[in-house]
Amino acid sequence: MKILVCITHVPDTTSKIQFTDNNTKFDKSGVQFIIGPYDDYALARAVELKEQTGGSLTVLNVGEAETEPTIRKALAIGADDAIRVNAFPKDSLFVAKQIAHYAKEGGYDLILMGRESIDFNGGMVHGMVGELLGMPSISPVMKLDIEGSTAKMAREIEGGKEYLEVNLPFIAGCQEPIAEWKIPNMRGIMSARTKPLNVVEQVSDEAATGVVEFKLPPAKGEVKLIDKDNVEELVKLLKNEAKVL
Amino acid sequence: MSILVYIEQADGAIKKTSLEAVSFAKALADKEGGDVVAVALGTIDQGELAKTGSAGASKVLHVNDEKLNAGVIQAHAAAVAQAFEKVAAKTLILAKSSLGDAVAARLAIKLNAGLVSNVTDLPETGSGYKVKRSIYTGKAFAETELTTDNKILAVKKNAIDLKTDGADATVEDFDVNLDESVFAAKITSTDQATGDILLPEADIVVSGGRGMKGPENWNLIEDLAKELGAATGCSKPVSDIGWRPHHEHVGQTGVKVAPTLYVAVGISGAIQHLAGVNSSKYIVVINKDPEAPFFKAADYGIVGDAFEVLPKLTEAVKALK
Repeated sequence: MKILVCITHVPDTTSKIQFTDNNTKFDKSGVQFIIGPYDDYALARAVELKEQTGGSLTVLNVGEAETEPTIRKALAIGADDAIRVNAFPKDSLFVAKQIAHYAKEGGYDLILMGRESIDFNGGMVHGMVGELLGMPSISPVMKLDIEGSTAKMAREIEGGKEYLEVNLPFIAGCQEPIAEWKIPNMRGIMSARTKPLNVVEQVSDEAATGVVEFKLPPAKGEVKLIDKDNVEELVKLLKNEAKVL
Repeated sequence: MSILVYIEQADGAIKKTSLEAVSFAKALADKEGGDVVAVALGTIDQGELAKTGSAGASKVLHVNDEKLNAGVIQAHAAAVAQAFEKVAAKTLILAKSSLGDAVAARLAIKLNAGLVSNVTDLPETGSGYKVKRSIYTGKAFAETELTTDNKILAVKKNAIDLKTDGADATVEDFDVNLDESVFAAKITSTDQATGDILLPEADIVVSGGRGMKGPENWNLIEDLAKELGAATGCSKPVSDIGWRPHHEHVGQTGVKVAPTLYVAVGISGAIQHLAGVNSSKYIVVINKDPEAPFFKAADYGIVGDAFEVLPKLTEAVKALK
């Protein structure tokens, strides 16, 4: 089985979010970048599936040269090779077009990625790639098994789960608990240095959206503390001041 | 010109978040002109369909095909695309959800439409077409410009107040042509928590963390939730240990909630948890550690032992009624 896992290069979940250049650019100073947490789940499951069924595992990222340490980490976790589409990821459509092109070229049986990136939270790239390639796209997938040419999975819905079956090839947006995150071991880190990382050019310049300005939410006021022996006061405040009861 | 709204249903009941999407579309139509047409898929009775009218739709296209009762992503996308063409819409509005996101992404390609998700406010259409959306899991916003003729907006919960005073909508049966290929993914079964208020859609949420000490103490959380008419949630460690099911995990990699009131009990307030709750209107924190970082993000706080405070609080809420 040929597996493709698409990964994002995003700020660590603990990062303080700030902007520069008149609020038009993300401020990268002091920020550590990681594999998108949802993509990391997809990658972990892909490594397990490859161990079970054999075949190959390729990771793909749409990004500029700065994303290479993140891609190398994915190689250290267990991908065989990598593709970096050398472009700034302008929007979801732009990213989906690059992925669709290289996914088609590679003829993958299974295309996995996170349910959403944790920077823009759009959660739409997998669906767009599915439509562009005329393949089923399922998200958010929390359990995935492959039996022959059939994928069996559980998809999270509001307040529960839905179980599905689909024939390969297809695309899944993944989330926990599909697999446990994998931490690269020393052998993985050493071998990642020499695994192929192919840099390719963008195939389309199309984008449908653009950010005009970033904004931070207004600062939160001071917390109002209520004595633990006077919880009635809290209920009063919720009713009369916040008007939520 | 019509604005189309994609309606989601569960067991024949229209989701409240979809009705909010109708009200969002109505507010947009009032601003820009035009009317609101809803498209509803699967078995839904007439009275339920008419609810889209009180939320602001003038007409609802009903695709009465039981194969569409379940959220088959490709089939729903194909049906909604046909409705979009039928009413010659330029804009599609839907509620952000597990199914909504998946359907909207395919529609963006089908309709050559720019798609913006997590929309928090009505678009600005003075010069260009700009929408505000939530990004970095609620830690920031982006004014986003759409450059396409056709547009899809996936609206975040609480982006607008639900309208309930509209006139009845006209119900029109609408037949779609669906190729067998759109049913390629087969839904074999569903596990659905029944009778509960769904966490992502709840107006009030009560969540517990490791401070609850064990799953056997969850009745304290549930009692308060019941009095408040709230859904229950939990922190990531709690769902990781298996005290509570995964679909209750609130946070960066779990469910993002946007209730009017979020009550956090025995949760310290790690940045990853805050990312899932920062769209809440009001936050109450109950924690015995006065240094818990969650207090910095809270509107109201009680420093105290959950096991003492919770029963008292439940009683106080009960006394209010």
